[in-house]
Amino acid sequence: MPQAPLLRVEDLQVSYNTPTGLVQAVSGVSFELGREKLGIVGESGSGKSQTGRAILGLTAPGGRVRARRLEFDDVDLLRADARSMRRIRGGCISMIMQDPKYSLNPVMTIGAQIEEAFLVHRKTSTSEARRRTLDMLSAVKIRAPERVYKAYPHEVSGGMGQRVMIAMMMIPEPDIIIADEPTSALDVTVQLQVLAVLDDMLSEHRMGLIFISHDLNLVASFCDRILVMYGGKVVEECAAAELEQARHPYTRGLLNCLPSLDGEQGELPVLRRDPAWLTAAEGAQ
Amino acid sequence: MRASSGRTAGGSGLRPPSAVVKIAGVLFSLALTFLGLTAITFVISRVMPVDPVLAIVGDRASNEVYQQVYLQLGLDQPVYVQYLKYLGQLAQGDLGSSIMTTRPVLEDIRRFFPATLELATVATLLGIFVGVPMGVFAAVHQGRWPDHIVRVVALLGYSAPIFWLGLVALLIFYAKLGWVAGPGRLDVFYDGIIDPVTGILTIDAALARDWDIFRNALSHLILPGAILGTFALAYIARMTRSFMLDQLSQEYILTARVKGIPESRIIWGHAFRNVLVQLITIIGLTYASLLEGSVLTETVFSWPGIGQYITSSLFNNDMNAVLGGTIVVGACFVGINMLSDLLYRLVDPRIR
Repeated sequence: MPQAPLLRVEDLQVSYNTPTGLVQAVSGVSFELGREKLGIVGESGSGKSQTGRAILGLTAPGGRVRARRLEFDDVDLLRADARSMRRIRGGCISMIMQDPKYSLNPVMTIGAQIEEAFLVHRKTSTSEARRRTLDMLSAVKIRAPERVYKAYPHEVSGGMGQRVMIAMMMIPEPDIIIADEPTSALDVTVQLQVLAVLDDMLSEHRMGLIFISHDLNLVASFCDRILVMYGGKVVEECAAAELEQARHPYTRGLLNCLPSLDGEQGELPVLRRDPAWLTAAEGAQ
Repeated sequence: MRASSGRTAGGSGLRPPSAVVKIAGVLFSLALTFLGLTAITFVISRVMPVDPVLAIVGDRASNEVYQQVYLQLGLDQPVYVQYLKYLGQLAQGDLGSSIMTTRPVLEDIRRFFPATLELATVATLLGIFVGVPMGVFAAVHQGRWPDHIVRVVALLGYSAPIFWLGLVALLIFYAKLGWVAGPGRLDVFYDGIIDPVTGILTIDAALARDWDIFRNALSHLILPGAILGTFALAYIARMTRSFMLDQLSQEYILTARVKGIPESRIIWGHAFRNVLVQLITIIGLTYASLLEGSVLTETVFSWPGIGQYITSSLFNNDMNAVLGGTIVVGACFVGINMLSDLLYRLVDPRIR
């Protein structure tokens, strides 16, 4: 990306104090993000979601975040006070959560929840907020915005819920969207619709995206650049188009595990883990 | 939720039944519950090893007198006939007469129940307006000192024997400090001055604009109200705390934080609205159980409430009074449960 990056992460560390000792969830992750689509792939426990949460300052209680640098647009996210963090959350960096069944407030109407996201960052009238909310609902391809506006989360389907989520996180027009497994809870056909909506919105508003997923192929087709995480570290970084040429044995192993539609398929190889991956810092860059 | 046309229940099953049908359903189950309540209490009162005839005539009455009263009471008939007769009287608002007070049971209840109602209402309001914020406060500061304080207070309030608390409170605030009035509902020289309209003395005094009596009644009410309130408060605070902790760990709270919503709005606007759904049931149950009359508190404070009435009737084998009191209390219980059920539907869109 030619312009100055929006987000700079350097040597990010997230650790948790647990009764059984210190658990290092993220150890030394570095990357920069411009107005592009960055995918972070990894298995569960690889620290990809923790990375997303640490950027927003929403690490769960008991967690400790350190970094040589964690900056959004020259604001130090580690030293920002609660008030400026609130302004950044939603307003500058937002996050699309995994499952709309749990991530929408069950006793508030969808309209009220989207409106609230807008009103907390903009000083406008409620009628203006309502108009914007309805526009936003149509923008995420909801056919009856008026009806969905008045509906409660349990009254809409998963795919619609996730589009509502996208509308809610995009309405204050943030610069960066973190999408944490945004389609994992959805059916395959609905996944594609939701991704198409997300893609439309991103290119329209020129936002940066961090797409967190465990689905290597999905990320490769959706993003520009990919980080592969393993055991809290980035083991590989490459352009999405060049994923086939990935060099790290973990990435290669993951790619080899995927069945292919063409030709005869024999027994799939099982990923063999090498303990050396955990100690070798930042793999092949 | 959705507007449904005037179709009756049991239709296609595609449309949610209309509000009228739902209310009719609630009323029907209410009537059924009430019928069951009367049946069970009636049968219990009849199978108890208590001779209602002896309770009236005394153990020195002659055999003829005994026989006469036995027939008068209709005890020679089968229990179901007696029950149907009782139901018939009940439908006319006749609960029979009390042996102990010699007045109609209904009249007695009209005198005793408002005292309990007054006390239970004060205690429940205290439980709501102090207990709920306490529970929320504790949950928000989970694991830190405000949480520990609330937990200890709740545990004490829940486990301290209420008669002991009552006696200690009387000793300190009435006997030593003289801040409040003592046992009873009013000082003797104020007794019987104002007309009972509602039977709730504070309200009656306020209606009569007699502020001296109002202050006196209030002064008598504070201590038992606070003692009973501590009990309600402890329970409500504990439940609020655990409901709140549960809600605060939900995903939608993280969503609200991601949106940049201020913490106070997250607590009261997001989490508490979900807690409220669960709290309604708890508060309803607390209120209903306090309306049964708390015998211990009423005894310690010489509070002439329904709990005392039923207990002393029971000791005197006064079965009409016990039966009548139980039915009234049971009706309150059922009524409050139905009310909290309706409120619940109002607050929670998922079960509307």
